[in-house]
Amino acid sequence: MATKSINTKVLVVGAGPGGYVAAIRCGQLGLDTTIVEADRHGGTCLIRGCIPSKALIHAASKLDDMRKHAGKGVLGIKLPQEPEFDLSGAVKWKDGVVDKLSRGVGSLLGRAKVREVHGWATFSDAKTCTVDTDEGEVTIHAEHVILANGSVATELPNLPFGEHVISSAEALNLPEVPKRLAVVGAGYIGLELGIAYAKMGSTVTFVEATDRILPLYDAALVRPVEQYLKKNKLKVHLSTKAQGVKVNKGVATLSAKSDHGDDLNIKVDKVLVTVGRKPNTQGWGLENMPVDMDGPFVKVDEQCRTSVSKVWAIGDLVGEPMLAHKGSAQGEMVAEIIAGQRRAFEPVAIPAVCFTEPEIIGVGLSPDEAKAAGYETKVGNFPLAANGRALSMEAGADGGFVRITARADNHVILGIHAVGKHVSELSGEFIHALEMGSRLEDVAGTIHVHPTMTEAFPESALSALGHAIHA
Amino acid sequence: MGTYVFKLPDIGEGIAEAEIAEWRVAVGDMVEEDQPIVDMLTDKAAVEVPAPTDGKIVKLHGEPGDMVPVSSALITMEVEGDGNAIDADVDIRPAEEADPEPDPEPDTQPKAESAQEPSAPAVPDQKPASKPAQKPSRKPAGRTRPAGDKPLASPAVRRRARDEGIRLAYLQGTGPAGQITHADLDEHLASGQIAGPAATGLVQKTGVEDIKIIGIRRKIAERMQDAKQRIPHFAYVEEIDLTELEALRKHMNTNRRDDQPKLTLLPFLMKAIVQAVPHYPQVNSNYDDAAGVVHQFEGVHIGIATQTKVGLTVPVVRHAEARDMWDSAAEVKRLADAARAGQATKDELSGSTITITSLGALGGIVTTPVINSPEVAIIGVNKLVEKPVVIDGQIAIRKTMNLSSSFDHRIVDGYDAALFIQKIKGLLEFPATLFTS
Repeated sequence: MATKSINTKVLVVGAGPGGYVAAIRCGQLGLDTTIVEADRHGGTCLIRGCIPSKALIHAASKLDDMRKHAGKGVLGIKLPQEPEFDLSGAVKWKDGVVDKLSRGVGSLLGRAKVREVHGWATFSDAKTCTVDTDEGEVTIHAEHVILANGSVATELPNLPFGEHVISSAEALNLPEVPKRLAVVGAGYIGLELGIAYAKMGSTVTFVEATDRILPLYDAALVRPVEQYLKKNKLKVHLSTKAQGVKVNKGVATLSAKSDHGDDLNIKVDKVLVTVGRKPNTQGWGLENMPVDMDGPFVKVDEQCRTSVSKVWAIGDLVGEPMLAHKGSAQGEMVAEIIAGQRRAFEPVAIPAVCFTEPEIIGVGLSPDEAKAAGYETKVGNFPLAANGRALSMEAGADGGFVRITARADNHVILGIHAVGKHVSELSGEFIHALEMGSRLEDVAGTIHVHPTMTEAFPESALSALGHAIHA
Repeated sequence: MGTYVFKLPDIGEGIAEAEIAEWRVAVGDMVEEDQPIVDMLTDKAAVEVPAPTDGKIVKLHGEPGDMVPVSSALITMEVEGDGNAIDADVDIRPAEEADPEPDPEPDTQPKAESAQEPSAPAVPDQKPASKPAQKPSRKPAGRTRPAGDKPLASPAVRRRARDEGIRLAYLQGTGPAGQITHADLDEHLASGQIAGPAATGLVQKTGVEDIKIIGIRRKIAERMQDAKQRIPHFAYVEEIDLTELEALRKHMNTNRRDDQPKLTLLPFLMKAIVQAVPHYPQVNSNYDDAAGVVHQFEGVHIGIATQTKVGLTVPVVRHAEARDMWDSAAEVKRLADAARAGQATKDELSGSTITITSLGALGGIVTTPVINSPEVAIIGVNKLVEKPVVIDGQIAIRKTMNLSSSFDHRIVDGYDAALFIQKIKGLLEFPATLFTS
């Protein structure tokens, strides 16, 4: 087959939330842009991460809710029998959501006049790559290269992925609900999926090497999640390291060893390994472009420049936090810099969310982090149990709260955190307050609509000022 | 009266200390707010630090050359009002209280209370509310950001600052809690303290137009590259006194017949070359370096470098040795017109044995012309100017011109080239000799 050759102003590698946003913005700015992707549009976020996991979590929660109505019922609603559940039906619906969004990305790229090349790009030097496409080899040479290669799930050497050991990607496409599921790694991905499978009927056991779950969040925020796990009989083995999986007559057993020396053998149908993700730096010729590295990540400056002129890198490839919205913001910025605008990646904070039961969100510094950074703080808390809307949506009984952390001297807000049902949708207002440099008085002085859960936010600010009305 | 200790403010991202370059004030000086008091050097830039308030300098903390950590004391001033014992606690003092600065007024009240009492209760440092109460000390302390604090600004302000080339680290905000506002950016821009090139209104242009090099331009490019790569050029420049020749030329033009063309300098130079070539025949040749043969010509075919719309072309006046002055002039004009009209034939554009290039009409004192390969010599005409020249101990105004020539050093030795040009010089300076042989 003949080799085709493309010369382009901007080449974007990877059509995930970093890459496709970069490409669309480049297109909007009139730059001749080419994007290369071997998979469908959307990257980890859309195809095997954020979106499909949230769809499955939603289906699992709906099932869990309906089960509560079977028998005696709740809220006066009774179902005559337990609802029936077919995981393949939920997966099919989830796939529909993903397909729709993925096609949407494709049409957005088209509208921005971005040239698309489908296949795996392999770089021979920093500005040239070859893509194996269905129509033959395509060589692309670009003036600017934006690397948005993303990340891959970390595999444990003693638990290689296979029939019984799966990563989060496979966990979103299982044909049936495993009876017994062990989750190795109790970070946010493991907890989200583990809790969802427990709702779908799996007996779930967490094995976590450190001494706590969700190590990125402080103890107060994690406590409602711990209580949920306890109440719903999800087992958690802390300070315990998974050793391996043995299969005997079709029955798999996960062996683990605690730091105290206790041996653990857990009969499982599936082992889900969620011990983190690592930047995707292998297999596409990164070694042929002499960019500097920063540990496992590609090293970039505050404008996402690598050490090679006109080679940029964004998203999971360049460091923590490995979150879609960070990659998107960087992609948009790089496009504008290439178009000659002056930009830098300088957010006050990058918000993070955890779709556990209940949900956790965090923007900015926690009280402990603020103290460690040398601030004297004022901290306010408002329990969702005192919020009318939360109670009226069965969202007030899980120990949730909104917590605000501000500087003691000038009351500028440093961080806002919340845990509770539905709190993920409050995060927008939180990060906006932080980016605008708001002070406690700004939040307290903003009339929030009643009855909504957002009222917990000004109440938390009033609490920090020492005069909460409803608590 | 109070004591005001001014600490080195945070003068740039990631800068922990700066060197005192020069004090602009001395102990005892009265200074006004914003008057420059010291030049500080960081590894990135020199920064002028202004006085935070009006007052009298009572102490300078350090000598030029000393390194001063950010947020350590720089000067002590005597000011009206209470100094920064009150103001500083609200805004200046970093979060940690481990401050070596002696408290000038032993204030026993807890700091938080002292901060809140003078102004509105829950709004300790809102400028508009607290300003009237603090009138004597004006605004200085509230405007200084504690060390290590990032500048506080909304995303829109941050973006605009980027666009305008303003480093927010150098600005103090007047908004709540020292927030930098759009108004602060306006004021900064109006003050002329321009931090970056964007504030000049000039915009970087990043567009690149790709132009395919084809046709005549590619031919020119290839030939120029070939000539410069293969031929070891050497240049020789000489000044020539053309006063006599110009007088002759004027006379001939005045008395020419109607069917005779107006004479420029070119036919005279051509005539001089024709006269000089028999003495130095190696300059009138083509060197076939691949074959290792020099074709030395008896006839003199002079290329005339001519600018056309599509670029440089070189029509050839054939057998210049067999043409008189008028004939040469007519042929140069005919060829130039044909070349500019794009009608010169292949024969008219090839076969030269030596070339003349003239940029003299555009000015220029010297050129280093590129040899029209495979020739071995090219003569460039520079601008004719009147200038004072010393003749027999007297200064005279003479019409002079430089000839800038290049030779292929593989074939023409420097000695011979110099003699060749000197011969031409003699012919042109004594024009009667042009017509004797």
